[in-house]
Amino acid sequence: MSNVFVSEQSEAAAAGHPSGRLLEVEELRVEFRTRDGVAKVINGVTYHVDAGETLAVLGESGSGKSVTAQTIMGILDTPPGFVTGGQIRFHGRDMLKMSAEERRRIRGEGIAMVFQDALSALNPVFTVGFQIAEQFRVRRGMSRGDAKKRAAEMLDQVKIPNAKQRINEYPHQFSGGMRQRVMIAMSLALDPEVLIADEPTTALDVTVQAQIMDLLAELQQERQMGLILITHDLGVVADVADRIAVMYAGRIVEEADVHELYAKPAHPYTLGLLESIPRIDEKGQQLRTIRGLPPSLLRIPSGCPFHPRCPMAQPVCAEKVPPLLQLGPTRASACHFAQDLVSRD
Amino acid sequence: MTENILEVNDLVKYYPVTRGIVFKKTIGHVQAVDGVSFNLRKGETLGIVGESGCGKSTLARVLMSLEKPTRGSVKYNGQEIYGMGASGMRRLRRNIQLVMQDPYTSLNPRMTVGDLIGEPFEIHPDVAPKSSRRQKVQDLLEVVGLNPEHINRYPHQFSGGQRQRIGIARALALRPEIIVCDEPVSALDVSIQAQVMNLLEKLQDEFGLSYIFIAHDLSVVRHLSDRVAVMYLGKIVEIGTEDEIYERPTHPYTQALLSAVPVPDPSSRETKAIIRLTGDVPSPANPPSGCRFRTRCWKAQEICATEVPELTVRSGSDHPSACHFAEKREIVATHEAGELTDLPTRTL
Repeated sequence: MSNVFVSEQSEAAAAGHPSGRLLEVEELRVEFRTRDGVAKVINGVTYHVDAGETLAVLGESGSGKSVTAQTIMGILDTPPGFVTGGQIRFHGRDMLKMSAEERRRIRGEGIAMVFQDALSALNPVFTVGFQIAEQFRVRRGMSRGDAKKRAAEMLDQVKIPNAKQRINEYPHQFSGGMRQRVMIAMSLALDPEVLIADEPTTALDVTVQAQIMDLLAELQQERQMGLILITHDLGVVADVADRIAVMYAGRIVEEADVHELYAKPAHPYTLGLLESIPRIDEKGQQLRTIRGLPPSLLRIPSGCPFHPRCPMAQPVCAEKVPPLLQLGPTRASACHFAQDLVSRD
Repeated sequence: MTENILEVNDLVKYYPVTRGIVFKKTIGHVQAVDGVSFNLRKGETLGIVGESGCGKSTLARVLMSLEKPTRGSVKYNGQEIYGMGASGMRRLRRNIQLVMQDPYTSLNPRMTVGDLIGEPFEIHPDVAPKSSRRQKVQDLLEVVGLNPEHINRYPHQFSGGQRQRIGIARALALRPEIIVCDEPVSALDVSIQAQVMNLLEKLQDEFGLSYIFIAHDLSVVRHLSDRVAVMYLGKIVEIGTEDEIYERPTHPYTQALLSAVPVPDPSSRETKAIIRLTGDVPSPANPPSGCRFRTRCWKAQEICATEVPELTVRSGSDHPSACHFAEKREIVATHEAGELTDLPTRTL
């Protein structure tokens, strides 16, 4: 491997400039201590997002993409979840070392989150207006009346028709798409700099999904927010992301600019995913299957966690964990054979 | 012309909406399926797509006669299936089987895999005598790609994809001719989806099965189907071969639906024009008059509110479409798929 130019990402960071990064996650480790044993859910995840940029975090269930987001928000269930290492820096300051009060101030104003299932994320016994206005009253000290007016403005911004009337309705009176808009309005109420959207359209129909993704992109542009989009849908990612981080078994296996990643994936898992999804614009397509199953996080395979399923696996893969190595200015892969993948025709 | 194995004619399923407890009064109907007709040919896959609430799952339940239709007829090999009587029904069930969406709730957690897959033989003992049942179940496990030694395990010991395979093995047990698949891959992870889809294709070739494949994912349906029917609010709005629906859609709803499907290719961002639908799907308890799509349609005219458009071939199209103004429009830029990438292998 020595003939190939590579530089370790963490070296670059250590050598470095006090980065002007908005949000940085570095070498984050989280484990869940369960009755059956310790599940290593996140094993050294590093990513960052800047203002006005969309980072997509792609992965299947159990890859750790949502737990990373929960840890950033500070809503990880402890126990069973414990952060065992790493840093989460917001404007350069490590949030894991902050007091509960400081973190509380960042939530909502600094970093906010949109959840997948709006029906269970919203409180069924309060009107949506009350739930949005609550933030203005508690955090901005507004009066009930003013807060309600602001709540109506927020609903208007997410393009809910008749916002003035609808703030008095309860979550169950909204359709799935409208409820997701309410969630977005609520997360944007305090003007966050970073928005984390965890599978925001997974529960929605395609026509509604297109509406919601448009809205998110538009609001992000307007406010120059950093957006972390967590999803398993390679189609949605292709439409909106600037950069992509692919997660597998609690690690980032590939990170790249969106165009590069789709044109030439540098990790066999990414390639497998791309060739395993049916495409609406292709005829007579063959689907690649990724053999086997994602590993149990209680027993992550030695070496590269993907090696038991990898068609390219060699003995070295079971012995050495491949580090996430930089392959070019905008891409990195954690595969011993990444160079071979990139340099193929 | 291949023979029709299933003929569905003007199938209707209404659910009453009632008020009151003691003096129950019907105050309306949810028109879940409203006048659906299609044929299924031997050995083909008919895809049925639509968004939630369009009636596709109700259709599956009515086809399986798990629900009685309000009216309409379904003929299996020329024979009417409703009003067949219990023994006729039992014979019929052998030939039409269902694979359900959720592999977590559709398998009894207290039964072993052997019992689950072998249960159909209890009801139809003539298919497999008791002595050969265990062997048959193990054969089935092998056919769907599971380890035959796992016959004594319980469903919770399997992953989602494996459970779906158990569901498929169970549907195959009686060697049916038709399998109705209701969203069989939508609960599965991406990497597992392809495994199950490839399995369904393999089984079709091996056993000459006909599938009715119900799904909301248009890409999955395109991949598996020979013909496709698009449903909206209880009605089929367009039906045709895979090419006709995906390359030359004529109904505005089909066009909007296709344009909203994200393509996993970032270079298509600039070229792709998405047709934005406004508003939500109206309630099936109180559907709009005339064409049910007119409230969200950009082509709607007066006639759309007064006259229900027939599902028929019009001048602007080469296949049946239920739109007064059916017109071909290319939405998805289709191309032939390339080969799978050859993976470089090198020993260190």
